[in-house]
Amino acid sequence: MLEKNLEITVDELRHLVSDRALEGETMLLNMGPQHPSTHGVLRLLLELDGERIITCVPDIGFLHTGIEKSMETKAYEKVLVMTDRMDYLNNLGNNLCYCLAVEKLVDLDVPERAMAIRVLLVELQRIASHLVFLATHGLDTGAMSIFLYCFREREVILDIFEMCSGARMMTSFFRPGGLWRDVPDGFEETVRSFIEYFPKRIKQYEDLLTKNPIYTHRTKGIGAISSEEALKWGLSGPQLRATGLAWDLRKSNPYSGYERYDFDIPVGLNGDTYDRYTVRIGEMRQSLRIVEQVLDTLPGGPVRSDNRKFVPPPRSELSHSMEAVIHHFKLWTDGFPAPKGSVFVAIESARGELGCYLEGDGGPKPYRVHFRTPSFATLQTLPMLCKDHLVADVVAIISSLDPVLGDSDR
Amino acid sequence: MTVVEKAVAKLQRELGESVLSVEEFRGQTSVTLDHEAIVNACQMLRDDAELDFNFLAALTAVDYWPSEPRFKIVYQLYSLANKEFIGLRAQLSNESPEISTIESIYPNANWHEREVFDMFGVTFRDHSDQRRIIMPYDWEGHPLRKDYPLGYEEVQFTFNFDEIDKRKPYAKK
Repeated sequence: MLEKNLEITVDELRHLVSDRALEGETMLLNMGPQHPSTHGVLRLLLELDGERIITCVPDIGFLHTGIEKSMETKAYEKVLVMTDRMDYLNNLGNNLCYCLAVEKLVDLDVPERAMAIRVLLVELQRIASHLVFLATHGLDTGAMSIFLYCFREREVILDIFEMCSGARMMTSFFRPGGLWRDVPDGFEETVRSFIEYFPKRIKQYEDLLTKNPIYTHRTKGIGAISSEEALKWGLSGPQLRATGLAWDLRKSNPYSGYERYDFDIPVGLNGDTYDRYTVRIGEMRQSLRIVEQVLDTLPGGPVRSDNRKFVPPPRSELSHSMEAVIHHFKLWTDGFPAPKGSVFVAIESARGELGCYLEGDGGPKPYRVHFRTPSFATLQTLPMLCKDHLVADVVAIISSLDPVLGDSDR
Repeated sequence: MTVVEKAVAKLQRELGESVLSVEEFRGQTSVTLDHEAIVNACQMLRDDAELDFNFLAALTAVDYWPSEPRFKIVYQLYSLANKEFIGLRAQLSNESPEISTIESIYPNANWHEREVFDMFGVTFRDHSDQRRIIMPYDWEGHPLRKDYPLGYEEVQFTFNFDEIDKRKPYAKK
């Protein structure tokens, strides 16, 4: 059996590599899945002519955890916990996308305060995610110190998440109908102090990289793609905006109250690795602007919908209201039924368009959940971006696309 | 008349009986088409200068086993100019789960269709590279089908390593 399978791999690849590879003129090089620069468990098959890349065949699926299948066996509220585990650098974004889909499916309203806090936290998450991008991208292009600086600042954001939800990364903080609970005392001051000192840090990062000749030589003109090509290949988010196309779902199809906040869409010019870096730096500044606006206009009131058919009542009600006990019991044993029908919701995650297709069948469990994840779409373009570049550039290109393999494999 | 309404009207006009139904749910429109018409429909929606659905936002499938038609292929198209989504749906029977690829219109369908093939066993005619993408290449079955059980893999310890190893697919000779 084993021998036969090995035979299949060569046959399977025959149409993917050039004829020269089969004659042994070019070299086939396996990169990953345990390579530190592939950002997780991405495997690439590279066909090389000297140092030059002729073909690049990405191989994903090493982090497949069957999340979509498992989701079909859990009640709507419990599925949420699994969304954290997909894109582990953008947990709150995943929570938000799923919650919006459920809320759309069952037609549930969310209080103003919950919407505002969602926006605030998701923007902080975007900064945290971009910081990891910057850290690893810097590391891959030879700048070690920026890695340490970025993780230092990211830790501050993760502390804010821990303050709210009790967890640094696997937050599960947003729930269908609102939030798990209100933000704690001292939240506003902590975020304000972060807003105050973080712009200086961004400037520090820029001082280290933006005009650094070692960095610019390694990134300018590397892995460039045009807007038309990018759209054709389903690129979205910072990768698309780096090509000069200002498409942002937060602006074009606002959700969760984004239309209330004023921010710009940073765009690049050439769609190369350098532009993807500048766009993300710009996005961090814009995210800070949004966070500040949310804090200034944060409305009061409840953070959970009072529709008891979908949202469990607060604990304090259980001691004196029989109805609350019934709702509590029904929601935590059965879950709530969702109508027959399907919705598709897309949000702008840190990596691009994150879509959730959710189908209900009238019961308390989703019939089908599908996540259209941005990393899956970006990895598909890797062969094109890497073509005719050097092996060292592949590392820079992968990190500039900022894929998360948990996101692409699910 | 909104762009989505125009798109639906155009599909109904040009494709006639191939448009099986038009659904609206929570303000989102999806058009169920005959599976033979899907390539035409995508072409029409993308190439019409006014509609301009130039972005394939998602492509996936749903399994309705044991009822028929068993599979539903889900296409979500987006128009950057008009900022609108539209859904296309195609139904496939259990006997011939096969549909034409839309790779020629939206190249990024390549991987999405591979995923549907991998997870549901739906084949795409004229697909340039139809291989499994997420599951291992020697995997048996298609995990997201409803008749595929939600299984688990037993943990191998020293005491039961050989016993479990014998049951693994690669150990079969």
